[in-house]
Amino acid sequence: MTGASQASPRRSRIELTVVAIIAVILIVVLPVLNAQGAISNFTLGLWGKYLCYALLAISVDLLWGYTGLLSLGQALFFTLGGYMHGMYLMRMIGELGQYKKPIPDFLVFLGWERLPAFWEPFSSFSFAVVMVFLVPGLLAYVFGYLAFRSRIKGVYFSILTQALTYAASIMFFRNNLLMGGNNGFTDFKFILGHSLAEPATMRGLYIATAIAVVLAFLFCRWLSRTKFGLVQQAIRDGENRVLFSGYATMHFKLFVFVVAALIAAVGGALYTPQVGIINPGEMQADKSLEAVVWVAVGGRGTLLGPILGAVSINALKSWATRAYPDLWLVILGGLFVLVVLFLPGGLVSIPARLKALWGKVRRSPEKPAAAASDTQPASAKT
Amino acid sequence: MIKHISSLLGAGALALGASLGSARAADTVKVGVLHSLSGTMAISETSLRDILLFTFDEINAKGGVLGKKIEPVVVDGASNWPLFAEKAKQLLEQDKVAVTFGCWTSVSRKSVLPVYEKNNGLLFYPVQYEGEEESQNVAYTAEAVNQQATPAVDYYLAEGKKKFYLLGSDYVYPQTTNLVLLEYLLSKGVKLENIGGGFRRDGAGKIISAGKYTPFGHTDYQQIVAEIKQFAASGDACVISTLNGDTNVPFFKEYAASGLTAETCPVVSFSISEDEFRGLPAKQLVGQLGCWTYFQSIDTPANKKFVADFQAWLKKTTVPGIVKEGRVTCSPMVLSYVGVYLWKAAVEKAGSFDVDKVRAAWKSGLSFNGPGGKVTTQPNMHLTKNVFIGETKADGQFKIVKTFNNVYGEPWLKGKFK
Repeated sequence: MTGASQASPRRSRIELTVVAIIAVILIVVLPVLNAQGAISNFTLGLWGKYLCYALLAISVDLLWGYTGLLSLGQALFFTLGGYMHGMYLMRMIGELGQYKKPIPDFLVFLGWERLPAFWEPFSSFSFAVVMVFLVPGLLAYVFGYLAFRSRIKGVYFSILTQALTYAASIMFFRNNLLMGGNNGFTDFKFILGHSLAEPATMRGLYIATAIAVVLAFLFCRWLSRTKFGLVQQAIRDGENRVLFSGYATMHFKLFVFVVAALIAAVGGALYTPQVGIINPGEMQADKSLEAVVWVAVGGRGTLLGPILGAVSINALKSWATRAYPDLWLVILGGLFVLVVLFLPGGLVSIPARLKALWGKVRRSPEKPAAAASDTQPASAKT
Repeated sequence: MIKHISSLLGAGALALGASLGSARAADTVKVGVLHSLSGTMAISETSLRDILLFTFDEINAKGGVLGKKIEPVVVDGASNWPLFAEKAKQLLEQDKVAVTFGCWTSVSRKSVLPVYEKNNGLLFYPVQYEGEEESQNVAYTAEAVNQQATPAVDYYLAEGKKKFYLLGSDYVYPQTTNLVLLEYLLSKGVKLENIGGGFRRDGAGKIISAGKYTPFGHTDYQQIVAEIKQFAASGDACVISTLNGDTNVPFFKEYAASGLTAETCPVVSFSISEDEFRGLPAKQLVGQLGCWTYFQSIDTPANKKFVADFQAWLKKTTVPGIVKEGRVTCSPMVLSYVGVYLWKAAVEKAGSFDVDKVRAAWKSGLSFNGPGGKVTTQPNMHLTKNVFIGETKADGQFKIVKTFNNVYGEPWLKGKFK
């Protein structure tokens, strides 16, 4: 599991080369093909969504794979990031909503005639961007501080994170919160003056997402190789030992928890304009569980695995909900079971598995051949 | 490590492959079906998928639309609103469907609306909703508030009811319906203190929310029912409920336990149809009211034939995942059914599947004699139809007690009743 940090320089170089190739494909090749018409806007849009999910998966992996903190509420930070950016996007609709009023439709529907004060600053993109980081980051800091100071660990930590996201979803479902209630935010029109109906705008958002994924990957990879990262992994493997060696594990965990929340929030902020809707359904318990499944299927503690898991499972979901609308849940569920049973290292462990298998096949022909031929008794004699 | 790349690309190829799934034949027309076949809404929405497939078969057996057979493209929105938007994009941009029949919840409609507007697609929406919307890319076969809520109030007023308690789930449909009802009740001379459930006012004292609201999945109705009992002590009260789905079970259980009955204080529910009684105990609701633009118990030859044909189709269909036993028909199903026929009529009048031409044909006023009687399309993309009020029976069917004929569908009702 700790493969990445113990890798030899040569393996590390190969890995970086592969990552560089993937990065070029994602950031340059796909958008260029899209601009030329070889990849449809729909497909590129799907990739944008998958990569937003990949950011969520990376954040889960940073916590679970590298620090041993199984957060079952990571989608909360993702959704909060989405909401903060969504508030800006709602302001940019202007008077193009159903009611043709200068305030968001759902406020008109709730009987408001003027914008509530806390909505005012969200007309500024830069303010919204700050809030994308500040709100989820602050929540993660406060929650993490309280949880880690009380030394809440293991399954209790998981249950608390799940409860937190559940509570938040109930809060956001309420119309009183003035955040769109059950419907959330939708019907976005513009971002930074560019129409969201334009393929070029969507392409730009896609590129931003791809860059964010690569940066998040590189940052987490770098972090896991620093001294900090080693302590982090030591916490995962034996927290008490680390504690008694004189490290204040709480600060390490708190830092990682906040960083993970920020990565998820960026994913959510990019998700909202690309998908076109953000609502409290996104912070319900099952969404966070889904993210954990992506990480488990892709390969926990590998950073590349979660990206692979998020993209491949969601691509499979996109395909199966159209091709087998009645059976897709069975297909996906069956796949999860198979991976857990036969591929505990996740999808990323396939190459190593194949290599091992190949090694076995290459070495073993002698044995069955020897067993089958009648030279064996002869050799037994000698 | 190279394999990582290839599997990443492979995943993308899967998404691409979706578009190449079925070959396009010249003598068929692709039609999208966008409902939740899994998740919380599946119990309601699969019935709409079933009735749509039945309708397509019925039309195809008689030669199709403009000589083309309908080829349904069924996708699963999975009660996941962003997935609804993705599937809508897929239907419009990849499958290039001529029309889509779909959505149940308002949030799913709101989620796909920008997609239909951007691609100039056409969505037929069949479930009772809050109005306040009039997209040129949606054909609302659904009941507007004045085709369900206000007729129910008229019925109660005629029955001599003087006090009205408003109760609902906290989302956009109940909130809007109750605000409209508040204005309607006041316009009919009902006093503000005789409208129960409470009000919320803004800083200037204007009422911005009327009625009592509970979240989705709420189970504890003891306090609310106690409040209703007190409210109904005078004997001339009634309840207007926009509670959704599962929450009806604990509410009516508590209601019956408190000794309130349909005689002392009737409840009219806008979200309970025959189909919901497949999962709700009808016995607790005997005598309580429903209000829809169709009931299975409508006694006309057209409806009897429709019900019999649907049951016969269920018996012989080989589509996987269709429940065959204990099936009923209900208003959202019939509005899906008439939606398909109205689309067919519009296409035939336009002589084309082109959305702009089909919309123009719809606006010109087309009629269809459906199981619930005659429906007529309106220039505002809604439908004129009959409204029925029914009393719940122990077998989950309704006894029709009142009919309003040819009610015009009006989406913009706030501020209309003075």
